Amino acid sequence: MADAIVIDRVNKDFTLRHAHSIKEMTVRALRRQSLSERFRAVDGVSLTVEQGETLALMGLNGSGKSTLLKLISGVMLPDGGSVRVRGRVAGLIEVGAGLHPDLTGRENVYLNAAILGMSRKETDHCFDSIVDFSEIEKFLDTQVKFYSSGMFMRLGFSVAVHTDPDIFLIDEVLAVGDAPFQHKCLQRIRALHEEGRTLVIVGHDAATLERICARGVVLKEGRLAFDGEVADAVAVFDPDAEARDMEEELHGHP
Amino acid sequence: MTITTVPLTDPGRSGGLGDLMRRRYLLRLLVRRELRSRYQGSLLGLGWSYVRPAVNFGVYYFIVGIFLGLGKHTQNLPIFLFAGLVMVTIFTETMTTSTWSVVGNGALVKKIYLPRELFPFASFLVSAVNMVPGLLILWVGAAVAGWRPSVLALGSAGLGLAVVAVLATAVALLFSGVNVYFRDFGQVVDILGLLIPWSVPMIYPWTMVRDFFGTGSWQLDLYLANPLAVAVSLFQRAFWWPTTDGPAILARNPKAEVPFPDHLTIRGLIALGVAVVLLVLAQSVFGRLQRRFAQEL
Repeated sequence: MADAIVIDRVNKDFTLRHAHSIKEMTVRALRRQSLSERFRAVDGVSLTVEQGETLALMGLNGSGKSTLLKLISGVMLPDGGSVRVRGRVAGLIEVGAGLHPDLTGRENVYLNAAILGMSRKETDHCFDSIVDFSEIEKFLDTQVKFYSSGMFMRLGFSVAVHTDPDIFLIDEVLAVGDAPFQHKCLQRIRALHEEGRTLVIVGHDAATLERICARGVVLKEGRLAFDGEVADAVAVFDPDAEARDMEEELHGHP
Repeated sequence: MTITTVPLTDPGRSGGLGDLMRRRYLLRLLVRRELRSRYQGSLLGLGWSYVRPAVNFGVYYFIVGIFLGLGKHTQNLPIFLFAGLVMVTIFTETMTTSTWSVVGNGALVKKIYLPRELFPFASFLVSAVNMVPGLLILWVGAAVAGWRPSVLALGSAGLGLAVVAVLATAVALLFSGVNVYFRDFGQVVDILGLLIPWSVPMIYPWTMVRDFFGTGSWQLDLYLANPLAVAVSLFQRAFWWPTTDGPAILARNPKAEVPFPDHLTIRGLIALGVAVVLLVLAQSVFGRLQRRFAQEL
């Protein structure tokens, strides 16, 4: 098996800008206040994912896992090091981002599929399957702005899991919909794995991650804290969370 | 699966405007989405794209043509005005809508990697589609006033449209990128939108600028260096000039004065060259700016 994702000593810095307009910048510059601060969100992470592997990415909020996922998808570019991928990458990164409220469900299926890189022919081919999976047949020709939030998410998720990527990035979307739909999603993700696709899943829910993934990676303050069996990764990840919870309770604020 | 044969690539490295050719299916859907959401639910629907230029035209015609009396010196003033208005509207509409195109699609830009050039370029296409009725009205109006196709007319129209298209795309790329970093940049664009109709010979003839500053003055050179001003003149030569007595007078007396800057075709070709250089620059600036779009939005 060849490698699917090669991450080599990657850094990502964020610039927190205090001023967002020409006016604010002028005022701050005149007062000699700083215009921005930098902090490192991902710090020297190296990681290689083999084709067909299922990787769980764990960490507290702000540990850099979502940023790492965005670096893999190409939404963000690294400031140092390199990220390389083999084949088409698609993300279930906040499903529904590509849905447009004024278009009908049917139009949105085509638009969202095109955004995720599918051609018209490919969308035609799996259109029925997408509609079936999303369970919104009856509202297919209704504008999406009249959908409930559950229907909205189901439609977005359904299009996303029908794209044909080699590498699939999944960011905390397993909380979509009710229990039966979640079950269906998990089944679909397993099927994607069995087809030999590479999966990278970000999540907090240790039990779900353990069921799907074989390998676990824990990030801590932007650095790689653990890389190994998923069960061990959960063990590394969880005590931290408990400690933080206790601290929050003691101090009474997050 | 046989994906082992695919080489490793860097995700998120854009091929610029060239990438749009590969994503033209998506581009078409984005343009359709934009047209749909702009006109859906409004009483007049697509008719709005007639109303706006019509009102604009009416105001200029009555104020400048009738009240200020410019119509007495300019034969077929409505066609003169409308030819310029079509060009200026394509440009300013692209400019104002594209400025917000990346910010408005922030949710997408932050989540999914797409060639970001898609958004400003789609804004330009939407503006161009919106102006198709205007072009038809201009053509019909000119034909009623005696316009017939000729090499000069069609060539001037084609060159003028090419200049505006390239120029508008360049500005769309630049402004949409800059607007991500400066949230009050939209104010600057609004002011530009006010100035542009007066900075080209659309409402008044270019000879007023020449007579005021004098032939060979740097102010006049600056005025005529504006590619949009040249494009407007080209469009007037394409649609308005053939409907006037000008060509007949010129045929009798080759030394007669032509109501356009001299060597207009060469000026047009230079303007096109300048616009292409601007587009290349705008693309390279956009390419740099877009590297940090996801974190700035």
